[in-house]
Amino acid sequence: MIDLDEVGYSYGGGELLTGISLRLAPGSFHFLTGPSGAGKTTFLKLCYGALVPTAGHVRLFNQDVRELSRDGIAFARRRIGVVHQDCQFLDHLPLAENIALPLAVSGQDRLEAQANLKELMGWVGLSDRTGALPPELSGGERQRAALARALILSPDVVLADEPTGNVDWEMSQRLLQLLVELNKMGKTIMIATHDLGLIRAAKSHVQARVLRISQRRLQLAGADL
Amino acid sequence: MSRFKLTALSDMLSVDTGADRVVPPTGFTARLTIFTSGAMAFLAVFALALSMASGRLATNWRDALAGSATLRISAPAGQMAAQTERALAILSQTPGVAEARALSPDEQRALLEPWFGPDLPVESLPVPQLIEIRETGEGYDGDGLRLRLQAELPGAVLDDHTRWRRPLVEAAGRLKILGWLAIGLIFGAMGAMITLAANAALAANAQVIQVLRLVGATDTYIARAFVRRFTIRTLIGAFAGVLAGLLAVLLLPSAGAEAGILTGLRFQGLNWLWPFLVPPLAAVVAFAATRWAAMRVLEDLS
Repeated sequence: MIDLDEVGYSYGGGELLTGISLRLAPGSFHFLTGPSGAGKTTFLKLCYGALVPTAGHVRLFNQDVRELSRDGIAFARRRIGVVHQDCQFLDHLPLAENIALPLAVSGQDRLEAQANLKELMGWVGLSDRTGALPPELSGGERQRAALARALILSPDVVLADEPTGNVDWEMSQRLLQLLVELNKMGKTIMIATHDLGLIRAAKSHVQARVLRISQRRLQLAGADL
Repeated sequence: MSRFKLTALSDMLSVDTGADRVVPPTGFTARLTIFTSGAMAFLAVFALALSMASGRLATNWRDALAGSATLRISAPAGQMAAQTERALAILSQTPGVAEARALSPDEQRALLEPWFGPDLPVESLPVPQLIEIRETGEGYDGDGLRLRLQAELPGAVLDDHTRWRRPLVEAAGRLKILGWLAIGLIFGAMGAMITLAANAALAANAQVIQVLRLVGATDTYIARAFVRRFTIRTLIGAFAGVLAGLLAVLLLPSAGAEAGILTGLRFQGLNWLWPFLVPPLAAVVAFAATRWAAMRVLEDLS
């Protein structure tokens, strides 16, 4: 699905990541951890084609990102649901339209889309917030809405960048449970987080591979997790 | 290439309120675009009216003065009648001359009246005798007639009006070209201003573009939101500008019958329909300018 082969990324003369090789296999569950500024967000951006590696190769669904046009990357992104760290909504649109945005941009059938949207909003517990504007939502609601938006096109892969960063423990457990459920449905999940408690909690529910970015390289995390 | 452009145009203008709604409404740029396109369309109507009036003027001058000539006979008073008779005889024998008529003293007096007043004693003054010549459709051989007149009537001068008609017709023709050039410049300026407004709107919505890309929007989809908006605003503004321009042209004073070969700025007959081409043309300019600006900004942002 997503393959990284000896990937490096430099910016402004500084090397942020180097020698990273990883394959996100179908149905796998990964945690990506590391200290703040280690390059977790950069790594995720490489995984969904928002950044092009300065060394090595990133392949999205067997296609090298360097060979993909901008439209090609857009089509690949429809198969990758991204939960951004700060959610990134269009503040002038009601929540339901924000969640349905991937359907709108991909020109999906409107009736089917409405059914999917209703079901998904119920699944993340936001059925009663369809008309609310994003600034009116709490941190937890925003995170759940971002997850719903990432899932509306039923993507093969879900990449989540600090999805529990702005929510309390109870809400983070609920979000984790949603992601575990998705994985059980066959989706490939990667969660970037510095919350080790979340990782420990997940390991009792799902077989997850824990990776750590340290000194610009990707390593398998030790037994302390 | 043209097929691609037509497809892109229909894609961009297809009814998709979703693409429109993703960009937050911006009142200032909306008003600016409508005002700009309205003002430009107003000016385009006047340039069009000027160009068409110049075309009519050139045609009037050409038609009114073509097919006629004047023979001027200068001779001592005692020989004037004989030379006039001889000139009329020569002209009656010249192929291509349909009619030749000596102007009466009253007609000559009327011609001089604007300069010398109504009581000029034409008979007592050494005023040349004028003969008005009407050509047939084929026309006469001007050079041949001049040579014959030079040989038989040295004091006769043939004026076929070409000397002063040509620069007037050329001036009117150039005025017409200038009118079309002005229309081209107006549309060019409109395109430039819409490009600037679109650039400003795209820059102000960089965050929206980032979100759209995150969820898998193609450049065409993102551009469509801006292109539709600017094209529709331009169409509305240009239509209002054309209506205002037509009203202003309508209120201009008419040239009237006394204007002779001169012409007013008003459109005539079916030419009143020409200004209605301005709004769709303005919309095409807005479409092209916004699409170009959007694609350029999207490339820079990638």
